[in-house]
Amino acid sequence: MRRGLFAVALAAALTAGLSIPANADTAADTAILAGTCAGCHGAELGGSGAIPTLRGHSAEYIRFTLKAFQNGERQATVMNRLAAGYSDAEIDALAIYLSKLQ
Amino acid sequence: MKKKTQSAFTRRRFTQLAAAAAATPLLAAPQIAKGQAAAHVVVIGGGFGGATAAKYLKKAEPDLRVTLVEPNDSFITCPYSNLVLGGWRDLASITHSYDHLRDRWSVAHAKDTATGIDADSRSVTLAGGETLTYDRLIVSPGIDLRPPEDGGIAGYDEAAYEAMPHAWKPGAQTLLLRSQLEAMEDGGLFVLASPPNPFRCPPGPYERVSMIADYFKKEKPSSKILLLDAKERFSKQGLFQQGWDRFYGDMIEWVNLPNDGQVVEVDPATRTLITEFGMEYQADVANVVPPQYAKAIARNSGLADASGWCPVDGRTFESTLVPGVHVVGDASIASPMPKSGFAANSQGKTAAAAAIALLAGRELANPAWVNTCYSHVAPDYAISVAGVYKATDDGIISVEGSGGVSPMEADEASRKLESVYADGWYKSITADMFT
Repeated sequence: MRRGLFAVALAAALTAGLSIPANADTAADTAILAGTCAGCHGAELGGSGAIPTLRGHSAEYIRFTLKAFQNGERQATVMNRLAAGYSDAEIDALAIYLSKLQ
Repeated sequence: MKKKTQSAFTRRRFTQLAAAAAATPLLAAPQIAKGQAAAHVVVIGGGFGGATAAKYLKKAEPDLRVTLVEPNDSFITCPYSNLVLGGWRDLASITHSYDHLRDRWSVAHAKDTATGIDADSRSVTLAGGETLTYDRLIVSPGIDLRPPEDGGIAGYDEAAYEAMPHAWKPGAQTLLLRSQLEAMEDGGLFVLASPPNPFRCPPGPYERVSMIADYFKKEKPSSKILLLDAKERFSKQGLFQQGWDRFYGDMIEWVNLPNDGQVVEVDPATRTLITEFGMEYQADVANVVPPQYAKAIARNSGLADASGWCPVDGRTFESTLVPGVHVVGDASIASPMPKSGFAANSQGKTAAAAAIALLAGRELANPAWVNTCYSHVAPDYAISVAGVYKATDDGIISVEGSGGVSPMEADEASRKLESVYADGWYKSITADMFT
């Protein structure tokens, strides 16, 4: 009886713990990179003061905006310097990750 | 709705069962269960690295037990303490309570000072006599100022901190230096002794003289500022000097290392600073920022190398000297990431994620981070340095072609925007840690 409950609980905890199980390694990498966005864009990436929210955007918009910062088509203060350090794969992963924050 | 209730129920049952299993050797919980339910992570130090780590451990794994060892009820940030010196802000506005960490995130707050770490028994001893055992330990201790007998400045011992404040740990020291500046007569000389690398907050001394120059310009315009530097150059140098020329004329004089700028001795009785080649400067107000190293708890626990700082694996921020212990923030060697609050916040999240992954037997992340450090130079005029960093097999690297400082030729609007963003950054990062 106890063992049975334990197995159910373990399965539940495993499911709860792994929010994006498809590719754990990439998901963890992206979560860390997106986590550093919070330094300016706020605890839940919802913006604060003059700094805009990263929530509620489509993946296409985020990808387009980061690429525009990267190639200088859109001028900003720090975002041009930061976007210059992201690979295409990181921009794609960030776009998908952020688009899921509604 | 029904599913949610069930999930809460099984989670609660799981915690109880895991606790029972831990207490009964016959039902010993597997490692992964410990990682997600009953394991204990202890965090030493409630600053940018530690407070962030504690919150993000609980955010990712609510059933994990997390104890924050921190003697204070609230945290006063080093960032923006320069604005208190300039009279732009009061201390209350840069003070943040641990209440939400305890009440919202269920982080246990051990209001005590860690005095020892024993990696063999995985335990931390506290000044009050209690012992905490851990499954993983995250140490975010911050810095100590080097005393005269251990690489510091001759004559600059703790007794000298009253006459010549360092104000490099914010709080009473910040208010003391501010009160000395307020008491100074117009036409007085303020001297700041800036330390050699590496030290906490590389642009800090230069933002500080900017804030004090702004105060003098408004209240004591005949006063002078002398910046004696143990370095040849400094962070955002061109931008700072451009701003100083523009806003403060010849008020600020910077003397660097090749021009005998290194202070090697002080006399607190006369507020005199003595350089390497014997120049003596008598200040009306003196601010001595001495050489630094990792705080004693890290150095006394075998976490620091001969440099006085703590080497870590950049992927996990686990100590390369003591297994099972992560070191984040100013105490760690994470160069080229700077010793900044922003970097410590990112490192705290990285160590939290790594500790959980290691407990649960999950794959580790290959982390990348950004850093942005803003400095105020004058009202509505701020500058920044930014960078993107990655952990590799050869250590942490700065991503080629990324980062750098604000353009020298940026217009007024851009400088003003950076000052607004600086305030936004402060609000965001403190909310990220404390709400």
